Amino acid sequence: MIKWLLVLTLIASTTIGDVARSRGMKKHGEVREFHPGAITQALVTLARNQWVILSTCAMAVSFFTFMRLLSIAPVSFAVPVSAATLIPETILARLFLGEVVDWRRWAGAGLIAVGVVLISR
Amino acid sequence: MHGAAGNAARLRSKTRLFTVIVVVSNVTGNSALTHGMKQLGDIGNSPLSLIGALFHPWVALGVALLILWTLTHMALLSWADLSYVLPVTAIGYVLTALCGEFLLGETVSIAHWGGILLITAGVTLVGMTTPATTSGAAVEQIT
Repeated sequence: MIKWLLVLTLIASTTIGDVARSRGMKKHGEVREFHPGAITQALVTLARNQWVILSTCAMAVSFFTFMRLLSIAPVSFAVPVSAATLIPETILARLFLGEVVDWRRWAGAGLIAVGVVLISR
Repeated sequence: MHGAAGNAARLRSKTRLFTVIVVVSNVTGNSALTHGMKQLGDIGNSPLSLIGALFHPWVALGVALLILWTLTHMALLSWADLSYVLPVTAIGYVLTALCGEFLLGETVSIAHWGGILLITAGVTLVGMTTPATTSGAAVEQIT
């Protein structure tokens, strides 16, 4: 029971985390400078980006949930379950982020999801 | 200053470089974390025990690598599509499986080879698409 609660929390928090991170970073714009000063500057700006804040909270939940899941379930269960986020995230990337998801991206996501299940057995 | 083609080529090579860093930091970070968590065993549900686990050396190394992953993943997503980044970085599953099997000296089963083949095919397919499809105008729209 606790296992499936963790699975649900993991999928929901990872999906929210990735989608919000992508949206927040697109709002911030392309990161072009990578010297320490520029990185600090970008982090200060990002700390006030509401999508990035939401993403960071969701990722923290996802991280601790995954740690907890690994402590009660085998890796061969936890890894394919975490890869299940591929499907809802691809759907949200199209609907919510306005990305062009052509057949190659759909097929690729599908092949990978099946592949991860096989590889984790 | 850059032509449209020059800009696309620049983004493509920048995307390649960041994809490699994202994948390597994720695979090594997760391996270190998993290794540490296995040594600790079942740690229970309390937040305090989770925080205590962070002081285990392998867990700490894993967390440091995952911080690097977070920063490079954020940078990559500042220009590349999520529906591109997510499948392409899935090559990490293959690296994890192969590293684990070679380090333990296990033979790779038929099912695992099948999984590796499917993931690699999927990554190649998505890798052929343009990394960024939301144009300047589209980005304006969602902000």
